[in-house]
Amino acid sequence: MSKTLFDKIWEKHIVKQIDNGPAVLYIDRHFIHEVTSPQAFKGLEKRGLKVFRPEQTIATADHNVPTIEQHLPIQDELSRLQVSQLVSNCQENSIELFGLGHPFQGIVHVIGPELGITQPGMTIVCGDSHTSTHGAFGTIAFGIGTSEVEMVLATQCLLQNKPKLMRITINGKLNESVLSKDVILHIISQTSASGATGYFIEFAGSAIRTLSMEARMTICNMSIEMGARGGMIAPDDITYNYLKDKLMAPEGEDWEKARAYWKTLFSDADAHFDREIVIDAADIQPMITYGTNPGMGIPVSEKIPTLDNVSADEQTSFQKSLQYMGLQAGTSIKGTKIDYVFIGSCTNSRIEDLRLVASFIQGKQKSPDVIVWVVPGSKQVEKQAITEGIDKILEAAGFQFRQPGCSACLGMNEDKIPAGKYCISTSNRNFEGRQGPGSRTFLASPLTAAASAITGKVEDIRDWMNPSSNKQKLSAAFYE
Amino acid sequence: MSNHQAIQIIKSTVVPLPAENIDTDQIIPARFLKATTRDGFGKNLFRDWRYKGDDENQPNPDFILNNATYKGNILVAGKNFGCGSSREHAAWAIKDYGFQVVVSSFFADIFSNNALNNFLLPVRVSDAFLEKIFNRVNENPAQEITVDLATQTISIDEQTNEIFEINPYKKECLLNGFDDIDYLLNMLNEIETFEK
Ligand code: SF4
Repeated sequence: MSKTLFDKIWEKHIVKQIDNGPAVLYIDRHFIHEVTSPQAFKGLEKRGLKVFRPEQTIATADHNVPTIEQHLPIQDELSRLQVSQLVSNCQENSIELFGLGHPFQGIVHVIGPELGITQPGMTIVCGDSHTSTHGAFGTIAFGIGTSEVEMVLATQCLLQNKPKLMRITINGKLNESVLSKDVILHIISQTSASGATGYFIEFAGSAIRTLSMEARMTICNMSIEMGARGGMIAPDDITYNYLKDKLMAPEGEDWEKARAYWKTLFSDADAHFDREIVIDAADIQPMITYGTNPGMGIPVSEKIPTLDNVSADEQTSFQKSLQYMGLQAGTSIKGTKIDYVFIGSCTNSRIEDLRLVASFIQGKQKSPDVIVWVVPGSKQVEKQAITEGIDKILEAAGFQFRQPGCSACLGMNEDKIPAGKYCISTSNRNFEGRQGPGSRTFLASPLTAAASAITGKVEDIRDWMNPSSNKQKLSAAFYE
Repeated sequence: MSNHQAIQIIKSTVVPLPAENIDTDQIIPARFLKATTRDGFGKNLFRDWRYKGDDENQPNPDFILNNATYKGNILVAGKNFGCGSSREHAAWAIKDYGFQVVVSSFFADIFSNNALNNFLLPVRVSDAFLEKIFNRVNENPAQEITVDLATQTISIDEQTNEIFEINPYKKECLLNGFDDIDYLLNMLNEIETFEK
């Protein structure tokens, strides 16, 4: 029988199928961080249990950590307590921790792939919804709650109902200046923030195949923003080349064996999906969100919808959203004044993102009216950026190059956007108050964010790419 | 053994929150996730809607939790409730505040799981039924709603009710006060065999 990529991995991990109920699903890799794990360890302790397979759990500190002077003790008392509890929980349970100060520390979804921990065919979970990022490698990866973290610590298993499957196929060639962030913002704007609830998504099609691993991660990362359990992409040569020689990837004979298995991981030609969406890559333009959920996105060149363009049952939340954002229906979003630019988060903080931003910004200056934070996704990204001189380019442009962590993506540390201020952000959520109480977020690609930093206004990146003007033309290499 | 109390029949007045797409950042903003225990999150439930200028001494009179007319342990919310982050703190906050049931016409997946794991019952009703609840409560804030897990029925009155779905395995757990960890711990041998 023909099977989907999802089916192949799912079936291999079922310990038992409960009649009329969920499956007992075996979990290969479990990531934990300081915010959603302490209560799980407390739960274990209360039940008198130990971690069942400590070598399959990997920990890092990311959500709460400061992004400057990380060598100093964390100032905020509660944050410090969470991070120190993570340290002691990992020590007591023999769990590997890439904590503050460790050369591998970073955002959990950035470090898993870059260390080669994330590999095709695995089941991966973490107490964090953007665990879907790891799906870019052809894994079943999804976010879980703290009770489930406790289950995985106690038994290395979870009770899961099999989700429905959706395939989103993007055919053709992406337009110039369109990044994978624009692709996923486009998809979510079409499906809505709840359009894929109950589904697991496979992204396919020729436009996906040409993307780098980092660009694929950006797409899978945000599949949760349309309500999906997760998103995945079948592995291919780009995947294997990325993984080869990564620290924790298999080596020698093991590598050959693993790769032979990975090559079986694709959806068979006539495999069944519960829903199929096909998109023409040429329809995708540089995107930005104007509202307070990631489904409220439009091409930067377009106007915010008017009320009569919004379906009847969405009108109240549409109006509430615009009021919160201080924007007018039917007006142009391009040219809106911004106060902050945040380039970071598990969506867009990898080395390719930073290279792209640096190459664009080189020789330019940010507007004096904006504050720009560039927060690398991990210590390794930070180190690589410094090796390549990216930090100097950013600083010369007036951008602040900070230390790794989740930072202003969720404003749990000091990096908050003040109430009423506008931030163009490469992160994944524009919810009310997400970046700090009262903050107003525009989600966009790293290029759109960088261009907007120069003028202090929302920019259409295509205006900066026009070869006939004297503005810089980016090398075509970035779009390969 | 789980520390949860079995759920059977819940009869209560409701707190209506008709907004759609209520995300977990609204339910409990990230800056309140710094605790390392499961308790006490209720006081920051809907924090940014509940208080003006982030000041506990300035309740926002327009927000429903600050309106003494509406009380009860059933929260009724608009479509796509609980979208966003996987933070279980959202379920803890709702439970800790005193709710036992959340009714909506659509729940985000992770939120549903988290709620069930904490014996907070997510009841998914049709858009029409949700509308009916909002209307009835609007007319009469003292209107009680009954949720009967065994029969999977939610009723406004004898004539106005709807059957809701719940996974049969989960239903057994909730009716009996068992949780998933109890179940999984009983299968450690099978799990070890699977690993080989
Ligand atoms: S960067 Fe943002 S979305 Fe990613 S793990 Fe951190 S808080 Fe979550």
